[in-house]
Amino acid sequence: MQAVNASPSGEPVAIPELEVVNDLSIHVATVNGSGSQSSNLVLLRALFEMGVPVSGKNLFPSNIAGLPTWYTIRASKYGFTGRKKEVDFLVAMNPQTAHEDVQSLDPGRAVVYDEPLGLDALRDDLCFYPVPFDPITAAVCPQPKLRKLVRNMVYDGVLAALLDIEMEEIRKGINKQFSTKPKAAELNWNAAKAGFDWTNQNLVKRDPYRLTRMDGNKGKIIVEGNAAAALGAVFGGVSVITWYPITPSSSLAESAQGYLNRFRIDESTGKATFAVVQAEDELASIGMAIGAGWAGARAMTTTAGPGISLMSEFVGLAHFAEIPVVLIDVQRMGPSTGLPTRTSQGDFLSAATLSHGDTFHPMLIPGTPEECFEFSAKAFDVAERLQSPVFVMLDLDLGMNYWTADKFDYPDWDIDRGKVLSEEDIERLQGDWGRYRDVDDDGIAYRTIPGNRHPQAAYFARGTGHDEDANYSEREEDWIRNMDRIQKKMAGARKWLPEPVIEDGPKARVALVAAGTSHEAVREARSQLRQEYGFETAYCRVRGWPFSHATEEFIAKHDHVYVVDQNRDGQLRMLLRRQFPAIHDHLRSVCYYGGMPLDARTITDAIVEREGL
Amino acid sequence: MSTATATRAKAPVSNRIGLGLEPYRGLKTTLCAGCGHNSISERIVECFFEMGIDPTQVIKLSGIGCSSKSPAYFLSMSHGFNSVHGRMPAVATGAMLANKQLLALGVSGDGDTASIGLGQFVHMMRRNVPIVYVIEDNGCYGLTKGQFSATANLGSTAKSGIANELPPIDTCGLAVQLGATFVARSFSGDKKHLQSILKAALAHRGTAVLDVVSPCVTFNDHVGSTKSYKYVRENKVPLQSIGFVPHFEEIHLQEDFAPGTVYEVEMHDGSMLRLEKLEEDYDPTSRLKALDRIELATEEGQILTGVLYVSTDQPSFTEMLNLDDVPLAQLGQDRLRPPKSALDTVMEELA
Repeated sequence: MQAVNASPSGEPVAIPELEVVNDLSIHVATVNGSGSQSSNLVLLRALFEMGVPVSGKNLFPSNIAGLPTWYTIRASKYGFTGRKKEVDFLVAMNPQTAHEDVQSLDPGRAVVYDEPLGLDALRDDLCFYPVPFDPITAAVCPQPKLRKLVRNMVYDGVLAALLDIEMEEIRKGINKQFSTKPKAAELNWNAAKAGFDWTNQNLVKRDPYRLTRMDGNKGKIIVEGNAAAALGAVFGGVSVITWYPITPSSSLAESAQGYLNRFRIDESTGKATFAVVQAEDELASIGMAIGAGWAGARAMTTTAGPGISLMSEFVGLAHFAEIPVVLIDVQRMGPSTGLPTRTSQGDFLSAATLSHGDTFHPMLIPGTPEECFEFSAKAFDVAERLQSPVFVMLDLDLGMNYWTADKFDYPDWDIDRGKVLSEEDIERLQGDWGRYRDVDDDGIAYRTIPGNRHPQAAYFARGTGHDEDANYSEREEDWIRNMDRIQKKMAGARKWLPEPVIEDGPKARVALVAAGTSHEAVREARSQLRQEYGFETAYCRVRGWPFSHATEEFIAKHDHVYVVDQNRDGQLRMLLRRQFPAIHDHLRSVCYYGGMPLDARTITDAIVEREGL
Repeated sequence: MSTATATRAKAPVSNRIGLGLEPYRGLKTTLCAGCGHNSISERIVECFFEMGIDPTQVIKLSGIGCSSKSPAYFLSMSHGFNSVHGRMPAVATGAMLANKQLLALGVSGDGDTASIGLGQFVHMMRRNVPIVYVIEDNGCYGLTKGQFSATANLGSTAKSGIANELPPIDTCGLAVQLGATFVARSFSGDKKHLQSILKAALAHRGTAVLDVVSPCVTFNDHVGSTKSYKYVRENKVPLQSIGFVPHFEEIHLQEDFAPGTVYEVEMHDGSMLRLEKLEEDYDPTSRLKALDRIELATEEGQILTGVLYVSTDQPSFTEMLNLDDVPLAQLGQDRLRPPKSALDTVMEELA
């Protein structure tokens, strides 16, 4: 490639003095349903294989085909893979959004675009790379019908040439993507190669961005949080999954089904050690999971906000009748249908106390794919120990986007079924047991499982008032004793929930508290505050609710504690206030609720402003 | 013919598994005196006893309403679950997934089934979930003081005299249409009929829907009601004379019937259901004919009783799912957690 500095119009464009290596965001604007996902995944995989820490986020509409969609790839040698607000490299393939996409760029950024769009007329402070996609595609794809499908692969080649992405990795990525379709793989490879060759022959590199092989992904995997949580459930010993299709949780159930089919069908008999049922609605999916949990299965359902709302009554029943069940909530933006393909942390409050009356449901809140795996697996033990619904709170960003992660550790703990009485136990007790008696003074009673053959094993589960022996009762003493025991039980839940991850230092007077996918943005924001303002912060990432005593101590130690929430009302902050009323005046909110994956700059700017930096 | 009467005449102290009647009983009913539901509870006690079913292997489930209270009044040795309104089918489905060896008895009402629970009722049948699902059908909401339910007939009056203006949902018609594999209607006031049908349902493996018209003596037993004892007695039209021989008794071939007058159905557990035709044309193995006759009955104000539909050759939901021989609930860690090599394989694929 020639090192000549000239824009297509012949005007010189200043090249920044320094190269920017392995630190950029690529933003691909396409039309939904145009097959761009394959090209984007190939690109993502190529960067991953080159050892560059990378993430891929699909910013898509609620639509099958025709509406604008964006894919954003973040590559960072520093390991920051949260969404970057600033776009460095735009690939403008969609005429509907091209103008707006170009206008939103900061000066000095690069734009690859479909030549007929004529975008270079819009601004004179960007590096424009016009590419005639149609003729390039036509030359390598004789059948007009297929051209639409491979056209997007051309930009992989263009980007490879402009950014020094290794073509061998593009080739491997294509082969992996089309592993079962060798003909499609060949066609796509030809398209990528054509884009690469054309670029080398016709374009002059003028932007500072470049990628080069490094060693940032050793022992790493690339995975979506939903697949990680599905694997967690499988290795946590799930036996019944009931679900109803809803974005963004459907792929979790489907992924679990896939892994169960592979690993949980008995080789000798061909029979399944699991049941996965797509229910008629969420009222049924939670009902089935509760029925299965009552009858001794390791049962779960997975859903999103609207499903959580529908499950409300049943979850109250399971809380009160004390039935173990795991609910994985992949949160999206509500209320109502809201923004079904956008991310949020809008269900913290509703999940924590879902249903009417006094209800309380422990939550595990993973912030990484590794934690999706671990927490989903452990949630079954927590639910069975507590004999209660337990929530695992993912969000769309974590669930549906691709993250780099360490390989998951095989569980080093045994499956725990909690306090269950067998036939022998009942015999030993001479039948003297009661389903809701607090024998161990921890609020957790013993249960029997239907099918227990002892004549005195049966009890009657009900949502109506009951005494310690599960008999119907409307006596106020029975009611209060029961509610107090459940409260005592929940007070002990904390010991089975993940502890917070705390990073503190003597110089930090200001602190951040965050949960879930806010983590990536907070990590980077703390770095920005340090690098750009010399401002040290402490950080507490909560991973379970109710919160740990360590979280309370952390908050008490810092005067200003910014609680990062991906919702309008500061739901995480409200839960902290509820549990720690004495120190609530330490808490301040940083709330983002625009539906995009949270970015670091949003947090940094808020803290800079509030702290007067 | 019916063994029920014969067995009872001997007044046995214990059944074929050595249990007396007591384990099959429950608490004293809290429903109104004369309530049809109490008669149904009594039939349940008798039939489970006489069939020699192990009560510890039974689960009894219900939704919300008068009928749904009744599982407390029978089978005290069985695990019970009084769930939420209209959504017992989901709970029962889940429980059967967890342990396919259990015998599920669901008790619901007409409000619980045909109004709030219609969606779950329909999908339970579509899946052919193995359950005996009894609808204690009195055409009204008893526990909230007598409002019409969705099975109330057009023009039937409430106690206050108001006439019902909406057409009824025929739960048996729905059941036939949507995949239940045993569909029958009976009357709480007809002891022998209900016994035979209940026993046949217990011998079935799949969704058995029993719509039992069960008058509400407090809110729906007056002149003008089409679900009163008097109205049902006068307007019920039996399709068959029903005989049931359980698998553990000797089954004699009946040769004294004229050809074509009797349907003999071998049930899943080997029991014999013998339907002596009272209507020559009625064929309980034909969905189309059943629906036709049910529709006609509605038009003519008849309450059609008997086995409306039966099919014994369709897989139940738990069979369809090809579940392990060991109930899922009883699988240990060695079966529930795949080996490390499985996780290693996936990690390699994702690397």
